[in-house]
This record gives sequence, structure tokens and C-alpha cells, in this order.
Amino acid sequence: MTNLRLLTIGGYISYRALFGWLNPFTYAITLLIPSLTQLAFFVYLGRTAHVANDAFYVAGNALVAAATPSLFGMAQTVAGERYTQTLALLVVSPASRIAVFFGRSLPATVNGIVISVWTLAIAAVLFGIHIPAHALAPLALTIAVTSFACVGIGLFNASLGLRWRETAVIGNLLLYILLIFAGVNVPLSRLPGWMSTLAQGLPVTHGANAARQLIAGASLGHVLPLIAAEALVGTVYVVIGLSTISLFELEARRGATLEVA
Amino acid sequence: MPLARVLLFGLGLHFKMLSRSPFDMFVVVASPLIFATLAYFLFQGGHGQSLLVAALASGVMGIWSTTTAQGAGALQTQRRIGILELLVASPTPFWAVVLPITVAISAIGVYSLAIGLVYVRVLFGVAIVIRDWIAFAVAIPAAIAAIGSLGFLFASALVRYRSAFMLGNLFEWPVWMISGLLIPVAVLPGWLQPVSWLFAPTWGMRALRHATLGTGSPWLDIAVCALLSVAYLIAGSFCLRLFLRSARARATLALT
Repeated sequence: MTNLRLLTIGGYISYRALFGWLNPFTYAITLLIPSLTQLAFFVYLGRTAHVANDAFYVAGNALVAAATPSLFGMAQTVAGERYTQTLALLVVSPASRIAVFFGRSLPATVNGIVISVWTLAIAAVLFGIHIPAHALAPLALTIAVTSFACVGIGLFNASLGLRWRETAVIGNLLLYILLIFAGVNVPLSRLPGWMSTLAQGLPVTHGANAARQLIAGASLGHVLPLIAAEALVGTVYVVIGLSTISLFELEARRGATLEVA
Repeated sequence: MPLARVLLFGLGLHFKMLSRSPFDMFVVVASPLIFATLAYFLFQGGHGQSLLVAALASGVMGIWSTTTAQGAGALQTQRRIGILELLVASPTPFWAVVLPITVAISAIGVYSLAIGLVYVRVLFGVAIVIRDWIAFAVAIPAAIAAIGSLGFLFASALVRYRSAFMLGNLFEWPVWMISGLLIPVAVLPGWLQPVSWLFAPTWGMRALRHATLGTGSPWLDIAVCALLSVAYLIAGSFCLRLFLRSARARATLALT
């Protein structure tokens, strides 16, 4: 019961408080508007390069929009604790680490879904992308799974926050890697072999591919393997993230380096 | 003379401090690498000159990125580290304290330009051929000064907002988009073109492009950079005066 409370209520409160989203204005200028301006930038860049149509960039960037709250939101669950000087208290508490950090990842997942749906919906209207009615439910599933996968890599980013202070740097680096490698803005066929191979193990790659095919009229059955691949990638990152949190916490205890990281 | 010393010393001091900040250095180093790489893969088949211009554009993107990320929140940073009241109370005009900070923030973007050029030279074998080296050498500080002055305006105008840092960030992608950096203005809706004229990166990039390719006169663009710098400084000083008067009247200097 305690773990369930930590997972749900603890996750909700810490996520909201640590990110300072106590009013909707901050939320809008941090996430809602930048996700759209970033998407518009790449749509116009794509038009300049004549590499793919608008739908390619709209789907890719709407899906990767889920990564921003996941990467930075999750990193903030550690960096915010350090800033408010409560990280040591968290580490000495007997609470289950899985419940605490997985609980903190749930609001990030929901938030990723909200941002992604918002970005896709507004961009579809702005750039005249037709989304077939039968694709809506499968798209919602794809977005939810991609958001979960992004939170997986966000958990990993949070664990790095126990070891390195500059979580914003690491979060930006991971986001940039997704923008280049995950087939969001450059079709995988235009990337060198090693980059497109690496992309198979990154969040968003399979989700963006599935979303593009759904918008083009494919059925859920057709893209199910892609959605399953995205879920698998996400699960692997969640396991890696929770493991590295335990590892770095142990290291910090051993070396008394929690506050000097 | 003492004022010139304050400006120069402040610029040097903040440039050195920012050069040691992992976050700021990441922004200026990563921007050219990321966007030059994206441009390379998207414009495969493009000739060397277009990749050279893309590298310059990526560098200007780095300059703009640091300005939006840090410039808008420059005064918030002084408040956070507890020296804002001391700076305001000092006999030096406050604008002379703030301006070197914001210009230094843009000036570290010079690393972006250098890294962008070295990157396309080493990795993609692009020859660095600049048609007008003198104009190019003048265009760099002119662009940095203009963008830094815009950062000064942002810092002054947004100082009352707790979320000034995030408000500044709002301008990052839109200005990258409309300033003719990687995306030609002709691709954008027509009404955006006059909007782009208000932003220093547009003219800074035009000056660098013209100096590099020799396709037009960079000196006119450099002159516009200088004019915009003056306009931003006047507007920023006005905002700063309003802020200080209000903060003194309400005793809210240390608050947001």
C-alpha cells in the first residue's frame, strides 16, 4: 500500500512541484509552444531540402515532442531534489526506489502523451495533414507507447543526475541524438548504415515510423510490430534506468559524493 | 574612459566565466555540430559552398541559442546569486553592467562559428573559401554585437518575469526559422519576411553569407546590424530604467 501511494501520489506531487508548473502559463511557454515552433522549423527545412513531405516531419516531430518532458522532467526529479537540498533525505529514506522513480515517471508519460497529441493535432491543422478517422485510436496507442519509451530514456537521464550535476546538458544531448538518429527529420535511408542500425535501439524510431504509416492509411495490424518494437525499446530503457539509479546511488553512498556530483 | 573600462572589463570577465560553464559551452558546441550534420544529410548532393554557408548558419544558430537561453535570464542570474542589489547600488550606470553580460553571452557563440567551419572542413572536406575576408572579419563582431544587444533588450524587458529564461527560449526556434539561416525566406509565408527584419540574426547571417559567397554587398547588412544594435540598446535602456524605478518604488528588487 505504501509503495502504491509512493507510486501514484508521490509521483504526481513531486513531478508538479519539482518542475514549478504551478501555473499554466509556464507550462505553455515551456512545452506547448516550443513543440510547435520546433515542428514548424523542420517542416520548412524539409520543404527546402525536398527530402520528404510535410506529413513525414509532422509525424516525426509530434512523436519526438514526447521526449522533451520525459528527458528533462525525469532529470529534474533528481536535479530538483539536489537544488532544494532534499536529495540526501530521499536517498536515506527507506522508500522503494522502484516505487519512487517509476512513480515519478508516470506523470512524465502522461505529460508526454498530452504534448504529443497537442503537437500532432495543431500541426495537422496548420499544415493540412489529413489523418484518417480509423487511424486515431491506433495513433493514440502509438503515442502512448512512444511516450513510455521516452520516459525510459528519461529514467536513464535521471540516473545520470546522481553522477553528474549537468543534467540539462545530458538531456539536450540525448534530445539532439534523437533528432538526428531516430529518423525524425532525416529518413533512415539517408543515414549511414551504422547510424540507421543504432536508430533501431532508440526511442521514437519505431513509433514515428508507425505514426507515418497510420497517417498514410495503414491499419493497426500492419504497424503492430513497430509499436511492439517501440514498447520493447522503452522497457529495456526503463530497466537500464532503474538499474543505473541503484548503481549510482550505491556509488554515491560509498564515495559520499551525492552532493558533490 | 572609466565607462569604456567597465564595458571592456565586464565583457572579458563574463566571456571567460561563460567559457567555463558546461551548459553554455555545450550549447555553442552542440548547435553547429547538430545542425551542420542535419544539413549535410538533408542536402546530400549540395555543393561545397552551400555546406559552407550551412556551417556558418549553424554557427549563427549557436550564437542565437546562447542569447535566448541565457541572455533573457541574465538579470535573474544576478538576482539568484545575490548580487543584483549591489550592482544596482554601485555608481556605475546599470546598463553598463548588464550590456557586457549579454554581449559576452552572444560572444561565446564565436566558438560555434569556429567549430562549424572546422567541422565541415575536417569531416566533409569543404574548402573554406571566403570571397571578402575583411567584410567577413567585420561581420562577425557586428553580428555578435547586434545579437548581444538584442539579448540586452530581452534581459531588460523580461526581468519582471520569474520565467524570463523560458520566455527567452520561446524565441529560439522561430527566429532560427525566419532569419534565413538554413531555410530560405522565400519558402516561408510572405508576412514573415518583414518580421524577420526586426531580428539581428537575419542581418548577421546575410552579412556573413554575402562576405563568403560574394553574392551581394555585406557592408549594407553590417550597417543594419549596427543600426539595430543602437535601437536595441535604446529600447533596452528604457525598459531597464522603468524596471529600476518600479523596483525601487515597490522594494521588489530582490524579488521576482
